[in-house]
Amino acid sequence: MRIFDPHIHMTSRTTDDYEAMYAAGVRALVEPAFWLGQPRTTVGSFLDYFDALLGWERFRATQFGIRHHATIALNPKEANDPRCTEVLDEIPRYLAKDGVVAVGEVGYDSMTPAEDEAFTRQLAMAIDAALPVMVHTPHRDKLVGTHRTLDVVRESGIAPGMVVVDHLNETNVALVKDAGAWMGFSVYPDTKMDEHRMVAILLEHGTERVLVNSAADWGRSDPLKTLKTGRAMLAAGFTDDEVDQVLWRNPVEFYGQSGNLLLDPVPGFVEGEAPAPTASFEGSSVLRGARA
Amino acid sequence: MTTPAPTPAAGTTPPGLAAGRPDALAGLLTDEQAAWLATARSEIAADPGTAVGHLARAGRAVGRTPLAPAADPAGVLHGTLDDAARAHLVGALAAALPADGESLATHLTETYQRGDTAERRGVLRGLDALALGGTVPPAVASAATALAADALRANDQSLVAAAVGPFAAAHLDDHAWRHAVLKLVFMGVSLDAVAGLDERADDELARMAHDFAAERRAAGRTVPDDVARIAPDLTLRTTHGKDA
Repeated sequence: MRIFDPHIHMTSRTTDDYEAMYAAGVRALVEPAFWLGQPRTTVGSFLDYFDALLGWERFRATQFGIRHHATIALNPKEANDPRCTEVLDEIPRYLAKDGVVAVGEVGYDSMTPAEDEAFTRQLAMAIDAALPVMVHTPHRDKLVGTHRTLDVVRESGIAPGMVVVDHLNETNVALVKDAGAWMGFSVYPDTKMDEHRMVAILLEHGTERVLVNSAADWGRSDPLKTLKTGRAMLAAGFTDDEVDQVLWRNPVEFYGQSGNLLLDPVPGFVEGEAPAPTASFEGSSVLRGARA
Repeated sequence: MTTPAPTPAAGTTPPGLAAGRPDALAGLLTDEQAAWLATARSEIAADPGTAVGHLARAGRAVGRTPLAPAADPAGVLHGTLDDAARAHLVGALAAALPADGESLATHLTETYQRGDTAERRGVLRGLDALALGGTVPPAVASAATALAADALRANDQSLVAAAVGPFAAAHLDDHAWRHAVLKLVFMGVSLDAVAGLDERADDELARMAHDFAAERRAAGRTVPDDVARIAPDLTLRTTHGKDA
């Protein structure tokens, strides 16, 4: 099974996770820029984070044979802090960089005027940069938030096929499907969506325009939920080809619209071997001290 | 897990292939890639502000193939197609800005400081192109020496190697230049990356190389062959210990 995790926050994960993901079949992923748990208070804090996504984290992933891509945005939660919103002026520069495959996560958290402003401006930036958009839907009042999200997307003029609306569930999937956007599902332990509910949704709505992700981050989450969903699909009678479509070809098609995916195998990578001791990123290595 | 490509033995590298050379791209671009580069250059000539976006996109536009794949399979020593394309774009930027270099210095510093590793390499290779063309105004030399110093503090091999080209040969002071050379040896990067090695190597560098070799021997480790290039009277055969 080859797997492309279209939404996972690797800065919060360990090298054990990278090794387990590679063993599970993960060869590529997208890390969306998001909130880090501790609220940011300055623009500089965002810029260092964006640079880390495109620099250190990409390097770290390649040490484990995985191609790392990122999406860049001011997330809706922090769009409410005026100390952070000036980062919007910096985002177009990042959207031009190698490995940036979408604008995201954008969308709504509490549906405030500040979130409206950040969402609308960043949709316009995506159109200017010819990039897809990853939209986060709110944890609270999700159905209303999804309606409003789709209205704003429609008003922006962006093609619906350039938009994935993420964190969907049984109540709002049809709305997004009918709008022509891509449907994203975050498969979590206990919350949002589990792999068996995911299979039921796939049986009802089909495998077109569906992205399944682990959305693993610093919270309770599981970076192998993509693999577990693939297994649950096979157990429910889906074919290998259908699993490949959902777990690989769909994310490649969606993010490939950026023209910025790198999917060739990492040169020189051998599974199970420790990273080369001389491999480092600006002086930092994933190894801790010399090997015994 | 990823293994860095072996650096070629001393003296095996074809000359003239570094990314900052004006002919570095000769015969290597497809028509489509060459057209992209020509368009980018003319857009920069019309509006220098467009350079930021073109420099960011160069890797996607022309690819990242090493310029001298046989001698330098990872593109560390002599650079890559996108390094060379960025060097051309820096040349276009320099031509579009006032000759006093004040504005160019500002543009290059900003591009470097806000750039990813590839963009930073592009600025450094672009400085090489300017140095080879004899067109480095004092304002640029001053600002860019600081950029090279920053790159030489990094441990990314491709970035350090891009900071020891013709610009460094012409503008780094002796102390900084010697430390740069020794750092390459320390990192296991071939000195084929260094422009003007024979012209600038001096007794002090040879002393540093001897001391480095002594430290390695004391630790029971091998002395890299390249040490002999900067300390010609050094006997490498006296190495001993588990790695010898």
